[in-house]
Amino acid sequence: MEYFLQQLINGVTLGSIYGLIAIGYTMVYGIIGMINFAHGDIFMIGSFTALILIVLLGVTAAMPVAMLVMALVLVLVLAMAFTAVWGWAVERVAYRPLRGSFRLAPLITAIGASIALQNFVQISQGARNKPLQPLISGNFKLTDGGPDGSALIVQLSYVQITIIVVTLLLMAGFTLLINRTSLGRAQRACEQDRKMAALLGVNVDRTISLTFVMGAALAAVAGVMFLLYYGVIDFYIGFLAGVKAFTAAVLGGIGSLPGAMLGGLLIGLIETFWSGYFSVEYKDVAAFSILAIVLIFMPEGLLGKPEVEKV
Amino acid sequence: MSAQKPDYMRELLVDSGGGALIALLMGVMMLGMQVDVTSGLGAELILRFRWDYLAYAVGAVFFGRLAMNLLVWRKLKVLDGVSLPKPKVKGEALERNLKPVFLVVAVLLPFALMFWLGARGSRQYIDLAILVTTYVMLGWGLNIVVGLAGLLDLGYVAFYAVGAYSYALLAHYFGFSFWICLPLAGILAAFWGIILGFPVLRLRGDYLAIVTLAFGEIIRVVLLNWYEFTGGPDGISGIPRPSFFGLEFTRGEDGFAAFFGLDYSSIHRIIFLYYLILILALTTNFVTMRLRRLPIGRAWEALREDEIACRSLGINTTNTKLTAFALGAMFGGFAGSFFATRQGFISPESFTFMESAVILAIVVLGGLGSQIGVVIAAVVMIGGFELFRELEEYRMLVFGLLMVVIMVWKPRGLISSRAPSIALSGRAQGISADMVQEGHG
Repeated sequence: MEYFLQQLINGVTLGSIYGLIAIGYTMVYGIIGMINFAHGDIFMIGSFTALILIVLLGVTAAMPVAMLVMALVLVLVLAMAFTAVWGWAVERVAYRPLRGSFRLAPLITAIGASIALQNFVQISQGARNKPLQPLISGNFKLTDGGPDGSALIVQLSYVQITIIVVTLLLMAGFTLLINRTSLGRAQRACEQDRKMAALLGVNVDRTISLTFVMGAALAAVAGVMFLLYYGVIDFYIGFLAGVKAFTAAVLGGIGSLPGAMLGGLLIGLIETFWSGYFSVEYKDVAAFSILAIVLIFMPEGLLGKPEVEKV
Repeated sequence: MSAQKPDYMRELLVDSGGGALIALLMGVMMLGMQVDVTSGLGAELILRFRWDYLAYAVGAVFFGRLAMNLLVWRKLKVLDGVSLPKPKVKGEALERNLKPVFLVVAVLLPFALMFWLGARGSRQYIDLAILVTTYVMLGWGLNIVVGLAGLLDLGYVAFYAVGAYSYALLAHYFGFSFWICLPLAGILAAFWGIILGFPVLRLRGDYLAIVTLAFGEIIRVVLLNWYEFTGGPDGISGIPRPSFFGLEFTRGEDGFAAFFGLDYSSIHRIIFLYYLILILALTTNFVTMRLRRLPIGRAWEALREDEIACRSLGINTTNTKLTAFALGAMFGGFAGSFFATRQGFISPESFTFMESAVILAIVVLGGLGSQIGVVIAAVVMIGGFELFRELEEYRMLVFGLLMVVIMVWKPRGLISSRAPSIALSGRAQGISADMVQEGHG
């Protein structure tokens, strides 16, 4: 029971990170119907930016708590801003010129952009793993280890709480943004019918760019969380995280924001429980198999709308 | 005109400056600073500042954009909306003329190299030619799936791996020879193609792409972790070499050299391998070209253009997709078993997603559905790869950038005309790809 509870906590944490990345996929897919293959690498860039900022600002665990919190918030905001520029640039360079071209074209440039970003970071930041000393330590003990102290102590670390709380806040914020603001309205309009939206005076290019910016900012948050949680990053983390987050987006129903979050949670839980109870080696296989199975039996995902193709 | 000039210049500078500002914002962290780990205990993180690199990058973007604005983009802007895309059929004529040239070059290549460079000097070039031809074959195999049937397969390397491991394992456990295993590897790969394809081919383009990618990864992870059977990360070594109608390429009495009364040389095997892959590749091409004219091939192309129309006309889309998938997989399997026998050693390292991306890039950059385009793209890309071997770490970066640039510049690939596979009148012309609208399939 304790083991199960611990895995549940770990799974939810991992799922939150996947969910944040998945939102970027789902928004972009919703609005222009393409898989932004480079999104995983944007996440990786967010993570690296955060690491550089942490070292630059000299953030360490030895700081007073108030300072540390402020410094981390600053790191988070700056990482979001810088990563958003990357997301914008990728869209501008690799996708916008191909709008209206045939369907495979932007996917190819996306793969190219992904390869380029990965290798750029490998060259500019070096191929070595970058370990970061834990910044947020300490935890709550949810169980006391039983009467004889032999049972597993279930721990909820402060990092995990941070991740879950930040994710919830951002989710709430973005739901408001999509549902209440004029930008969100423009995005939903473009999602339904880009041509009609343009005729009605929505600046489609700007809306799409902003979608990429938002997606990249969220990916940066996920990157910061990943860095705080695992403490080690390298230039390759984007690929696997990206594929899994895409799986999450599809599982939840692509184009749906709550779906992306739900899908992220499910993928995180599946992966954690699989490695907890079966084997660590095959956890990726488990996640990918889920993707295939979902797509085959439920192509619209859990919360997605069935796609109607018009002639 | 003269009044417009300052405005124009200002616009130019603002535009280039904007680009430079974006580059500055992008680069200030990722390029201007490098986070590194100190050697020794403790693994402290330190920052290294490299403002000079950042300055170069920002300068390059500023002046690059300025130059592009002055020289290239301005002209295009004037033409925008005025000129209709002109149908160009140059590609087709080019294709017809290039084919025999390529064929003759390919057939004579080893002898020409031997003549000029001798056995020792030509070895590395023939090795390179083998590599390029392998990619040509893979490109042609994938072209059936992506170029003809319009199904985006991001996990093609899985079938390459199935072929390679089929041969390696059959040889390892049962001692089968290459010539028995070659068809078996093809059949097994096709079989896997059907198994994987059957459930997923109902999916739309992008979903199909991501599921095939997932399958590619699954196969790689299984190969990596099934230590008892596949040797895991250690791979399989000592894979037997192919024989020439039973003649081994060895120094002994019954070897190839002795039988033909030649002096033994290790180059014989290399040349033999080259012709082997050339024949395999040409077979792929031949089969594809023939199939294009059959009803099944026409169904593929119809499927690529418009899946809904296809279905309305009574074409069984599942079977059509499945045959394309299985055939593509089969040729991938052949290429895989050739790869295994050439290397003599295989490990899951060789079958990463990057391979799939390279093969896909060859197909797409060459021009979807164009056979000769695949050859050109393979020669340029794989040849270029080898040429810049010293710049190991930069070449993948350049490769990724090239994929973006070529796609933006020529979305239909280098050879972008589409000759109709079949036409009612004999005089039907190839049509420019600009005129072809892709369906939703």
